Amino acid sequence: MSELVLLKHITHPDSTDIEYYEKNGGYQGLKQVLSDYSPDQVIETIKTSSLRGRGGAGFPTGLKWSFVPKGDGKIHYLCCNADEGEPGTFKDRLLMERDPHRVIEGMIIAAYAIQSQVAYIYIRGEYGLSIEQISQAIKAAYARGYLGKNISGSSFCLDIYIHKGAGAYICGEETALLESIEGKRGQPKLKPPFPAVSGLYGCPTVVNNVETLACVAHIFARGVDWFTAIGPEDAPGPRLFGLSGRLQNPGIYELPMGLSLRELVFGYGGGPLTGQFKAVIPGGLSAPMVPLAGLDVKMNFADLAAADSMMGSAAVIALDETTSIPTVGRRIAEFFSHESCGKCAPCREGLHWASKILNRIESGQGRPGDLEQLQVICGGVFNNSFCALGVGASWALRATLKHFSHEYDALITQQTIPVRDRTRP
Amino acid sequence: MTAAYSKQGIIAELAAPIADIAKCYPTQRSAIMPALYLAQETYGFLDETAYRAISEILDVPEIWVFELASFYTLYKNKNIGKYNLQLCTNVPCMLRGAYDLFAHLQTRLGINKGETSKDGLFTLTAVECIGSCDVAPAMMVNDTYHTNLSKERVDQLLDQLSQADMEPLTGKDPSTRTQPLAGNEPSAGKEP
Repeated sequence: MSELVLLKHITHPDSTDIEYYEKNGGYQGLKQVLSDYSPDQVIETIKTSSLRGRGGAGFPTGLKWSFVPKGDGKIHYLCCNADEGEPGTFKDRLLMERDPHRVIEGMIIAAYAIQSQVAYIYIRGEYGLSIEQISQAIKAAYARGYLGKNISGSSFCLDIYIHKGAGAYICGEETALLESIEGKRGQPKLKPPFPAVSGLYGCPTVVNNVETLACVAHIFARGVDWFTAIGPEDAPGPRLFGLSGRLQNPGIYELPMGLSLRELVFGYGGGPLTGQFKAVIPGGLSAPMVPLAGLDVKMNFADLAAADSMMGSAAVIALDETTSIPTVGRRIAEFFSHESCGKCAPCREGLHWASKILNRIESGQGRPGDLEQLQVICGGVFNNSFCALGVGASWALRATLKHFSHEYDALITQQTIPVRDRTRP
Repeated sequence: MTAAYSKQGIIAELAAPIADIAKCYPTQRSAIMPALYLAQETYGFLDETAYRAISEILDVPEIWVFELASFYTLYKNKNIGKYNLQLCTNVPCMLRGAYDLFAHLQTRLGINKGETSKDGLFTLTAVECIGSCDVAPAMMVNDTYHTNLSKERVDQLLDQLSQADMEPLTGKDPSTRTQPLAGNEPSAGKEP
């Protein structure tokens, strides 16, 4: 892709100022929406753009908006999910810290589309600078009449509030996020009813990711044709890929979907830090790893699903030959066990058991039958968990067993301890 | 902690700002999380006295306050050091040497995970992903990110913090909060 759009302004020192933003076309899309579009036309435009959510699930954004009932007399809510917590993911932080008005503009357009007059942005508590930049952007937007009553001379009114998360990964799950705003523990709720019908405070609610809403602002600034011309037909538009782990050039890369994982980690990532890659995790820690032999898989929803993995948050974590896969597996289990909300037994207990077994294997105390036991536990967690946390965790863990059982076997039979384990926190 | 630390003291000090926050939400319950943050920023940590004060200010059952304070990890129920060293040990940082750094911090400070140094300056915490994976290993000192860490950089940082007679980095007013050092922002990737 020749021209950067999502990242175009982030290195400019004034990128967070509203004057700079307006000078570069900011809030023009919003003004046009409010003067020329009905809410339905906004939804139709986003449907035509084929924009899919950038948070992890990849759900079509326009379709999600269209589920909100019209003329039901209820309050509608828009929530921006800025609880970025999927390990390996750091794109939303960059957007909020360096281009906060884009996110605010996207939120206003989305709120208009679903006729919401109150919106919340749920930002994880660790992101102090993001909270500060978004907070200042909101203040500036009020001062310029982009928020509050009768926005830009229209009849549309909107207030945006920040809700600061407090360190719970599970609140990135949309129903848990809504529970958290309601002042409850972040535990997912049964769907249906989906939030679009009964969400925040029992009212129709849309939850969209930060990057998704930034894309909405760009679509109305540049047009649907610009957006659909980028990348594959079923998943168009620019996307932020976060490269990290054992590769030469980690960072955020704005690219179309559909490149191969190999192009990403060799072409953009610059290849492995040491020797050769062993495997690459394509979409955040809950996405199953793809071994070296599978790196030609295309980075889009369908091809990654066919390769038994997922696009997730497009957080690409590379593992090279210095990486002990059982150590990564143990760390995966520990992370998800720690972040399990405790609501359902399969996830709460199963991941805890898996983590104990993996710790034992890693410390040289593995026993015959451990891997079979892990498979049984993973199957139980995968098939019976209440929400996607347990599913993703066990799926990711299974991939380490599937592709690297020889590394686990070596640990169990030879009982050698990986070097890294000795300095474990 | 202020001398007037009591339920009535907290109510006197925080009732007005908490009532202000509650205006952002249609229910009082929603204001519990920000109220907990406010109490923690004011008094350093949270305890039953704070839970009771918040429950009275918002007129909600105390259990609603306690269940949030115990569920969310950023709420602290004990006093911690002046500098909370929160080293990320999740996979991207682990792959870049976070475990060796953690061992180094343990040795240098003579404390284990979750403990506070005798001088009360440092608490050592291992945390999950803090969204700084491209500049790993990363550590937050209170609210400030430090990235691309090595043993040498960590030593420099601890020396600076030990020597400096500074105010705690967490302030009530976000504008006084220490900004991340230049170059610590997530980076746009290089051209291939």
